[in-house]
Amino acid sequence: MRMDLIQPFINSADAVLAQGLESPISIENLTMEEEAYRRKGIAAEVCLTGEIEGRIIFDVDQPAAAQLASRLAGVPVSETNDELIREAVCELANQIIGNAVTTLNDQGFHFHVRPPALHTSEQGSKGSEDTEALVMGFKTSSGNVFMNVALRYHRRRAADRAAVAG
Amino acid sequence: MEKFAPVTRSEDGQPVRYLIVDDSVFARKNLARMVETFGGQVVGEAGDGVSAISEYERLTPDIVLMDITMPQMEGIEAAEKIVRDHPSARIVMVSSVGYQENIVAALQRGARHFVQKPVKAEVLYEVIKYVMRDDGTAARGAGAGA
Repeated sequence: MRMDLIQPFINSADAVLAQGLESPISIENLTMEEEAYRRKGIAAEVCLTGEIEGRIIFDVDQPAAAQLASRLAGVPVSETNDELIREAVCELANQIIGNAVTTLNDQGFHFHVRPPALHTSEQGSKGSEDTEALVMGFKTSSGNVFMNVALRYHRRRAADRAAVAG
Repeated sequence: MEKFAPVTRSEDGQPVRYLIVDDSVFARKNLARMVETFGGQVVGEAGDGVSAISEYERLTPDIVLMDITMPQMEGIEAAEKIVRDHPSARIVMVSSVGYQENIVAALQRGARHFVQKPVKAEVLYEVIKYVMRDDGTAARGAGAGA
């Protein structure tokens, strides 16, 4: 997977989480995975189509998700308030991925983002040669956050667009 | 959250009335909390572009805060349809997807401003004052954190 596609997601997660939590975060690990993704807590999935295709899963441990939701909402959110916690995770995914997409678009990549959807299955789709996934683990003051990025650059779509433009 | 000097409507001194459009309930609640600290009143909420159009017709708010990426109809298309029928509509796009093409498309189709998520209250406050211009009044010496 091209690193120039990944870096904006790392930067964006760093910026959005640090701003939302008002505390620094750190990247704990960075691994490549070809096995199917196993959900760890409350997860949201965002799909991209266009010159860059694939999906990103944003996954937060349940206790950490409740704390994140409380910090972002400005009021305590109980660990049992599943609906609000899921909404908070989806909105965080939307902000992190949206900011990264902004950077990639301004670098010349053109693609469309679908709204975040709750990722409920225990196991995600497997990576492949074209779409091996990069899993990033972030340590925050509220707990652990994971981001699984499986993207591929669609060379043919980019060439088609260049041909039309030219 | 910071305290802001209230922004009111110049014509009658009443609170600025907001319609908040976002498919995320969480985002809507956060924006509502923010505009209430500006002295605003949230008169309606919508979760997609289609509902936004009907809610605008029903409520004629002073300002619409509109997300871009939403199901059914996206925010830029909804903004265009609202402004086509109501040229004086004040629509502020609020989205995490803030690349140049998106911003230009939104402004060309009638949006008045763009705020990128995560939203900072002080940024949104300044945008609200700018968009309301002569139709809005902030208390004397008002500014973010005043």
